[in-house]
Amino acid sequence: MERDPGPEGARRALGRLLEAVLASRGEANAVFDILAVLQAEDPEETQEAVRACSRLFGALLERGELFVGRLPSEDSVMAGSQGATRKYKVWMRHRYHSCCNRLQELLAHPSFEVKELALSTLMKFVQLEGAYPLEKPKWDGCYLFPRQLFKAVVEGLLSPENDCSLLLSRFQGYLEHDDIRYHVMRAATDVVGRVADRYPEVPLTFWNNTFTLLSAVSLPRQECSFSTFYVKHVELSSTWKVVHLKEHRKAFQLMWLGFLRHKLPLSLYKKVLVVMHDSILPHLAQPSLMIDFLTRAYDVGGAISLLALNGLFVLIHQHNLEYPDFYRKLYGLLDPSVFHVKYRARFFHLADLFLSSSHLPAYLVAAFAKRLSRLALTAPPEALLMVLPFICNLLRRHPACRVLVHRPLGPELDADPYDPEEEDPAKSRALESSLWELQALQRHYHPEVSQAASVINQALSVPEVSIAPLLDLTAFEVFERDLKKKGQESVPLEFIPAQGLLGRQDDLCAQHFTLS
Amino acid sequence: MGKARAAAARRKGPGAPAGAPGGRARPNPNPFEVKVNRQKFPVLGRKARHAVGQPGVSRARAVQKRTQTLLKEYRERDKSNIFTDKRFGEYSSNMSSEEKMVRRFALEQQRQHEKKSIYNLNEDEELTHCGQSLADIEKHNDIVDSDSDPEERGTLSAELTAAHFGGGGGLLHKKTPPQQGGEEEKPRSRRELIEELIAKSKQEKRERQAQREGALELTEKLDQDWKEIQTLLTHRTPKSENRDKKEHPKPDAYDMMVRELGLERKAQPSNRMKTEEELAKEKQDRLQKLEAARLRRMRGEDEAGDARKPKHLSADDLNDSFVLDKDNRRLLSYTDGKMSIKEEQSGEASDGESEEEQGEDPSDEDPGDSSDPEGHSDLESDAGSEEDRGWPDREPRQAPGKRMTSDGHKAREPAKTELPYTFAAPESYEELKSLLSGKTMEEQLVVVERIQTCNHPSLAMGNKAKLEKLFGFLLEYVGDLATDDPPELRVIDKLVVQLYNLCQMFPDSASSSIKFVLRDAMHELEGAIEAGGRAVFPGLDVLVYLKIAGMLFPASDFRHPVVTPALVCMSQLLTKCPVLSLQDVVKGLFVCCVFLDYVSLSRRFIPELINFLLGILYVATPNKHGHGYTLVHPFRASGKNSELLLVSDQEDTATWQRRGLSLGWAGGRKAQTKTEANHTRLSCLAVCLALVKRCVLLYGPLPSFHTIMRPLRALLTEHLADCGHPPELQELCQSALADMEKQEQCCRPLVCEKSKPLPLKLFTPRLVRVLEFGKKQGSSKEEQERKRLIHKHKREFKGAVREIRRDNQFLARMQLSETLERDAERKRKVKQLFNSLATQEGEWKALKRKKFKK
Repeated sequence: MERDPGPEGARRALGRLLEAVLASRGEANAVFDILAVLQAEDPEETQEAVRACSRLFGALLERGELFVGRLPSEDSVMAGSQGATRKYKVWMRHRYHSCCNRLQELLAHPSFEVKELALSTLMKFVQLEGAYPLEKPKWDGCYLFPRQLFKAVVEGLLSPENDCSLLLSRFQGYLEHDDIRYHVMRAATDVVGRVADRYPEVPLTFWNNTFTLLSAVSLPRQECSFSTFYVKHVELSSTWKVVHLKEHRKAFQLMWLGFLRHKLPLSLYKKVLVVMHDSILPHLAQPSLMIDFLTRAYDVGGAISLLALNGLFVLIHQHNLEYPDFYRKLYGLLDPSVFHVKYRARFFHLADLFLSSSHLPAYLVAAFAKRLSRLALTAPPEALLMVLPFICNLLRRHPACRVLVHRPLGPELDADPYDPEEEDPAKSRALESSLWELQALQRHYHPEVSQAASVINQALSVPEVSIAPLLDLTAFEVFERDLKKKGQESVPLEFIPAQGLLGRQDDLCAQHFTLS
Repeated sequence: MGKARAAAARRKGPGAPAGAPGGRARPNPNPFEVKVNRQKFPVLGRKARHAVGQPGVSRARAVQKRTQTLLKEYRERDKSNIFTDKRFGEYSSNMSSEEKMVRRFALEQQRQHEKKSIYNLNEDEELTHCGQSLADIEKHNDIVDSDSDPEERGTLSAELTAAHFGGGGGLLHKKTPPQQGGEEEKPRSRRELIEELIAKSKQEKRERQAQREGALELTEKLDQDWKEIQTLLTHRTPKSENRDKKEHPKPDAYDMMVRELGLERKAQPSNRMKTEEELAKEKQDRLQKLEAARLRRMRGEDEAGDARKPKHLSADDLNDSFVLDKDNRRLLSYTDGKMSIKEEQSGEASDGESEEEQGEDPSDEDPGDSSDPEGHSDLESDAGSEEDRGWPDREPRQAPGKRMTSDGHKAREPAKTELPYTFAAPESYEELKSLLSGKTMEEQLVVVERIQTCNHPSLAMGNKAKLEKLFGFLLEYVGDLATDDPPELRVIDKLVVQLYNLCQMFPDSASSSIKFVLRDAMHELEGAIEAGGRAVFPGLDVLVYLKIAGMLFPASDFRHPVVTPALVCMSQLLTKCPVLSLQDVVKGLFVCCVFLDYVSLSRRFIPELINFLLGILYVATPNKHGHGYTLVHPFRASGKNSELLLVSDQEDTATWQRRGLSLGWAGGRKAQTKTEANHTRLSCLAVCLALVKRCVLLYGPLPSFHTIMRPLRALLTEHLADCGHPPELQELCQSALADMEKQEQCCRPLVCEKSKPLPLKLFTPRLVRVLEFGKKQGSSKEEQERKRLIHKHKREFKGAVREIRRDNQFLARMQLSETLERDAERKRKVKQLFNSLATQEGEWKALKRKKFKK
């Protein structure tokens, strides 16, 4: 076939071919030419071909010129002696099939435009195929959805090789439709299982893609009638699974469990745990199934433990989870890095919740208070401003722990009886100790920290101090606050005259640094 | 009731006209007149004001009062003439009648003594002075009065009056005969007499005028003469003093002396000159005072009444000329080497002060060794006695600079001579930069100096604002210098003094500029953290700003508007910026030094610093995870930079010598050989160990010192175990560890301060001051007052209404009684008429009967 080079020529040529095929069945062989252009090097030409295919098969689907039912193999039909129409339909259905395969391949095309166009074309096919099903309904009013085609789309999206985050964000638009969401969950479960089986070492990109897709799925909180369907139906039948939230939840649960069953990279664990309490646990049909995952994550240590705490809290709080040695592990989580990690606010919010019970034994609370004040010796001021009221709140809630700051007539000790290495708070002997750390922090350089630490000098006032506004305090905010603070009218000045950049002779700077 | 009260009040007055029986019957009231208001139930604490009353008495009093006032008015309602009784004190009740009589008599006397007529001038009482009549004294007084001569009037008056008014004709005739007897016998007519009189008086007048003119002329002449002499005197005295001395040394000197003594202002009692010790003591006292203020601020005690220190400072330090003088002298000490040359070239042009000093300097000392003693004395004078031990060490550092500039001076001579002497204060930073760029350090200093001198606040109005801006520009310039590659730290070193002086002058604007640059730095840091999750160590400018902030403001204050943010900023640098290179280590250590300098006096605890030192010590050890310490944020236990300071080269270790770290290198220059880098590493480690030692000393007294130092100790022991270090470092390690061990730990259980025991809740009644019974107690005082006034007004109003009603009743009663009276009168008259008529009739009838009888 002769045609002008370049996309413009290709467009015109394809247009001609398309018209020919649609006009008469005799020209059907031109389909091969169109499909051939799909393989073109030039992305523009490919796009033209995709558009042409979209129009061609869209029209054919609407006209019902594709074979409906279980597709026999091409050779047997061609060889057989059926009618020419049936032959044509089977043949065309095969072309359609190969076109879809090609489009699925194009989802991994380097050019994003092509990818996007292929995706939208495939979704258009999904819609049309749903409306004009290519399989025979088993009974009247049976729910039909082009599962095969759709699974192919999802598989293309969850590519193990390329990062599809852009395409996935494009795909999120379709997830608003209830049926698409349901089938994505089903298909994703399938795909994850198959890919994990296929590869001995599943590549990171696949997990990232999967997580992006999975976290994009969000179920409605309450039972409501699902009505936004991508594939148009004349009427909805309540026998269909797709219209029930319960089924959606089951699918959602299956999908996440299937995903979390595999060994995930560490960074992904963090991501999953961050969204766990908020967007996964409430939608599961049986949230207690997450217990294993969360306890395992809690045992990992470090930041992951901190994050798992949130999910665990939801389970303990709402789903009656009995967690042995929970407080011991929580106690173990307290190490100096707690004050420096990103999730500090979340952790202390939860810790505050866990320790808010007044039924906790005094030794436990004392151990926490002591541990926290130990850690406070290495904390930056913004964290100190939060943790000092936190400790004071603990002492307020548990009057039995006030001996930590007020032990009249106590014997003078040679060393702190508290054992920081002991993992069990019961054996840490915190109740025998005193919070000398807070006394040391009264000499902290920041005036507010010093004042906050000085609270323990007096008998503690009864109402607790709310730490909620302090949780998210950043050093920058502290700095701004200090800057804006209005002191007395005149700024006090140094009275010893300056002599040079490094200061006087006995200054440390002058001792250890030279200007050159 | 209101009236009753008013009457009761009046009862107290002694002379009250209430002669009613009630007034006097008060002590023993008639029991039949007493009316008792029975209370239904007694209320404790309430005074029953109207329990007992005498309605009869008070009513009688009211009626009486009305008859005296209202009735009178009523009766006189149609009368237009008024009788005023002007007798003195007739109605005044607080004078006894005797007193009245006395006063009236006195007034009468006075009235008699009053002048009969205002035209009669001579009937005044004669005024005397020391027994002499004042009129006599006036006669002796020779005041020359122009027209109206009182003494003449006295003599003439008789004649004149006689002539004019003709009253004293007899008198005239009595007086004139002896005068006229000599001249003419013929009695003259009245007209002639008057003419003669006029002529005479005219002549007398003329004579008097002539005499006066003569006297005036004489005085004028005298004045003239005196003036001549005086001008002579004044001409001679000031100018030709010396010559005069030669000519007439004695009288002149004497005159001078006399005049001087006479005119000299009396010597004011002044403070005597102070001795050295006293001066030193005063200085010490001042420093002590400042130190006390600083300590108070450091402890964060109540800052309200503490505005003294800055004021004091301003009184002492902002003695404007003092500051600038000092600067000038200091400046001269730097430009010392060039002075001789400068004098030859631009001897005259330099400003007055420097010229003076120049004139002195080269005369007595040669340039070679002039630098040392001269600079020293200058520095001593401004740096204060306590610092001078620090200066000899600094001197050599400055000396090369001087020499170098004096060498290079000749090449730049033209530029030097072009340096103007006055500078307008720069309006923008670019202006300042263009002024300073391309100049040597000394020139830059001179320029800044001169900008300050030319725009001193005492010279013009807007100068204060200009200099305030200058501080900000200088600060920016310093930042630019610090970010240059290589950083020009020496210039900054000198500019710091200028910044300090400016800051002393304008603390508020200086603090806001420093705050501004600090906020900038923090913004940058925050932005980097938000964008990339982590920050990098900032440029040298931020470090320099932080250091400068600590020098300009008292770093030991508990809370200070500049220092506290600076501390937070440093804490951020130490916690948020990962140490990625050797330069970062140097910068971090510098921040540590600055941090420790800030708290050197207040000895405050810095957790971040300990963490940072721990991290530095850690990166200097080979990574085997030790026990007993945990690294926190900017450092990682393992990774790319976890062995940054580790030196494995034995040779380098052997050749290493301890030196100060170069701040300039941290700022920019890259090139460093491997050996140099290794040496820097060891130096960093040395500095770090020194800082650890310092921390140990600083925080020794903290209650949980050993807990704080535990990780450091663990790492130090590890360091000791690793014998790859040079002996000096080993020693440092050892001593730091020993210091740590020395601090004894005492764990005294914490005890809260005893708070005041809360008082038990008692059921004693709450006492409220009651202003008026029966009224609601308003919440606020104003409200109460308002209510009270409203209440009072209401009562007064009611009382007034009642009075008016009573008045009307009284009047009606009076009218009625009048009418009745009138009617009775008429009846009586009618009766009388009838009577007379009846009598008449009777008589007539009787007469008639008589007639019939007859």
